Parts: sequence; structure tokens; C-alpha cells
Amino acid sequence: MLETALADEHKKLGASFTDFGGWNMPVRYGSDLDEHHAVRNYAGLFDISHMGEIRIKGDAANSLDFALISKLSELKIGKAKYTMICNEQGGIIDDLIGYRMAEDEYLIVANAGNREVVFRELSARTKGFDVTVTDESQDWSLIAIQGPMAAEILQQQVDIDLAQIKYYAIDAASLSGISVLLARTGYTGEDGFEVFVSNDQAAKVWNLLLESDTQLVPCGLACRDTLRLEAGMPLYGHELSLETTPCDVNLGRVVRHDKGESFSGSALGLLKDSTPKKLLFGIRGEGRRAARADYEIFVAGAETTIGTVTSGALSPTLGYPIAMAMLDGSLGLEIGSKLEADVRGTKVPYEVVELPFYKRGK
Amino acid sequence: MANPENLKYTKEHEWVLIDGDVATVGITQYAADALGEIVYVDLPKVGSSTSYMKICGEIESTKSVGELYAPMDGEVVEANDSLSSNPEGVNSDPFGAGWLVKIKFSSLPELLSASEYNALIGE
Repeated sequence: MLETALADEHKKLGASFTDFGGWNMPVRYGSDLDEHHAVRNYAGLFDISHMGEIRIKGDAANSLDFALISKLSELKIGKAKYTMICNEQGGIIDDLIGYRMAEDEYLIVANAGNREVVFRELSARTKGFDVTVTDESQDWSLIAIQGPMAAEILQQQVDIDLAQIKYYAIDAASLSGISVLLARTGYTGEDGFEVFVSNDQAAKVWNLLLESDTQLVPCGLACRDTLRLEAGMPLYGHELSLETTPCDVNLGRVVRHDKGESFSGSALGLLKDSTPKKLLFGIRGEGRRAARADYEIFVAGAETTIGTVTSGALSPTLGYPIAMAMLDGSLGLEIGSKLEADVRGTKVPYEVVELPFYKRGK
Repeated sequence: MANPENLKYTKEHEWVLIDGDVATVGITQYAADALGEIVYVDLPKVGSSTSYMKICGEIESTKSVGELYAPMDGEVVEANDSLSSNPEGVNSDPFGAGWLVKIKFSSLPELLSASEYNALIGE
């Protein structure tokens, strides 16, 4: 299994580990609930170095407009966009963040488990363009600092004014003399930054941040999952898959149809105005028994399943069970629609609610 | 945390404390740690009967669901009701306040000793 440059730091902190996308990653250091609450109420530090970084240089703007579902050519330098790479049928290969680093240069961040296929697809799809596509994943560590205090903690260590980096923007900085890239992005529903740093400096940055504020909590993937679920953010392999299109997961707005020919364009164009066969909903239950991934969902009182849960847990912040579920798109389900989940043989009440489940205060 | 010498164990990571014809049953620290933060415990009702290695309850953490296997045939005489409001007690004190059920039995199957259980979990 692959290990990040921070593996020794995690072991020193007493982390438990899990296999995630072929990487041996910290799942928790102590209590995942404490880690979850730390991010909601103060700040947490995550090693997300398993993510893939792919750089495209040259006629990158045009080539990415062709290869991806968005129009990254519109991005200003230093800004980022959430996007996806889809196959010819519109099925999602991965969800990505694209950062425009320069006029002719983009950095694409892909999920760990999809890094290779994304690199392969980007290389193949951009062949007709004058570009170089480089997989830099082995060179970068990625450390996320997330939570209401994240900016304040990070500010003490860096030489630029973080107020100038808006949400979904990126800038180069020096962190106690170490060259880093700071992106105001995240996967928790809180304000925060993702710090790109070379592998040989990663442990230094990790420890500098932890030592700078004793209330900053190292956080594992367990709480990262409950945090992103509360924030209604999809996870590849759960909400997103090759069998799912952007429209199925309410992300049709990410698709741009005004950019000429693109790899998935004709398939996604056809899907644009049709009702998706299946649609992603947020649902909530009662009590403490959570419907989890793959559990079946029914209209209350009915016998036929209308779909399955894609992610579900007892929400640590809200105190009740929440789930995202991929349900029959033709039923006209709306906020308040009464459902049931089959929780290991017992049907328990659920209802459709708005996504996200949790929104941070302004 | 060491697995106490005075307890018996199952390969499904339950511990058993024998006192006369009543066994107190819980899950081991190893199992509690593997599950993560426990948020819900579903225990069998008092008076229900248990069958050896049949599922009689559920222990849910934020990340997963663990099943409680009955370590013996018998009848549930007490369930730890404090866990319904304080399920994290299983994490904080698995061999003590985090006990799950008491089962009255007439005969015992073969259970693991502490050293056999240690060997099973590689400690």
C-alpha cells in the first residue's frame, strides 16, 4: 500500500489507518466525533496527500474545455473551479478541482483512486492540442486546514494576507520559509485552506501548524466523511460513478454547453432537458439508527424499492441520521416527501430534505 | 489496553465474565477501537433467549455497524440501558461500564482464554 510523506507523523500521533484508494491513510487519531466537532467549532488538520495532482501546460485552456465538462478557459489566473471528467456517455469518471496557475497552465486535482485514469484520459483527450500533461502526484503533499479558525491559524505562519485569497482561489506563499501553494478550498463545509507542499517539507509544515496552536486537531478520514456528508458534498464511488451523470446528482449546472465540441458534450447535451432516470436526494431520519450506503429506500407504506442510499450516517452536528440517496427521478419527490429506509430488516421513517444538511454561519 | 486475564473471550471479540450461572458480556477494547466512536447500541430485550454465535444485537459507530454475537445459549436477564443515552461508554470503558448484556445460562460452550484471544488479535 502507498504511504504519504506524513506517515511517520501519523504513527507518532497514534493514528489508526485504513486503505483508501490504495493508500494507507489515517482514519482517526482518537475520537472521530471529537475530530468532527473540532472542524465545525475550531479547526482541524488533514493529510490529503493521496489526492492526485496533474499539471497541463501550453494550450491548456482550450484542451481542458474539450476534455472536461466545464469551461475552464473562463477562469481567471489564481482562481479555481469544481468540475468533472465524463466519458462519451456522460458517465462521471471523476470529480476534479481545476486551478488556473498561469495563462497557459492549470493544475487539476483528482481523487486518489482515479488519478491514473484521469491522467490517462487527459493525456489522450489533449493529444490534438499543443500541451504537456504531467502527473505530479508523487511530488506533492497536500495538507488541509479546515474550520472557522483555520484562516487565523494559518495566517500566523504565512507571508501573504489570506483575506486576499477568496473562496476557490489559489496563491503561492512562504510558510515559515517553505514554498507552498495555498488554495481556499475544502471538503468539510467549513472555511479553510488546502496547502500544497513538496514531500520533503511536508512534515515540517504539518508540525509547524500543529505546534502553532494546541487546539488545532489532527483529523482522519472518518470525520472527513461525516463532514462532507453534512455539507452535501458527493464522494466518488458513492454518489458519483461511471453509471451516474452530472444531471443525476444535481450538478447539471457544472456542465457547459456553450463551448463548441467537447468529449462528453453531445451526450450531456442530450441529457440537459430530459428528466434524469435517477436523482440524488438528501433525506433525514429520526432517532439514532442510520441508513447506510446500499440500504434500500421506499415510499412510505409502499413495497417496491425506489433506490438506495449512497452515503449515510448519524450526523454528529445535527444529532439525527442523514443520508444521500439515489432515487427514481420520475416520482416527483419533493422536500417533505415521506420515505422509509430498510435498516437491516426494519423499515424506519425518512423524509426528503434540502441539501446541504449543514450550512456554516456567515 | 491489555485484555483482562479473568475474562473469557470469543473470536467475534466479545468478552465474558462468569459469575455463577450469569455471564456479563461486552465487546473488547480491540473491537471498540476497530469500530470507532460508538453512537448507537441495539441490545436484546430482557427475557429474550440467545443462541450460541447467533446475532443478538448491533453496535453502530459513525463509520460502520458491528454485530453482537451471543457467546452462549441462555436468557437475557439484564441489558445495559445506560448505553442508550451514553453509547460512547463502550469506547471509554469497554471492560467495565460499557458492558452490554447479562445472560443466564445452563451450560457454557468453549470460550477463549485471554492469551488465546491475544494470539487471535496478534498481540
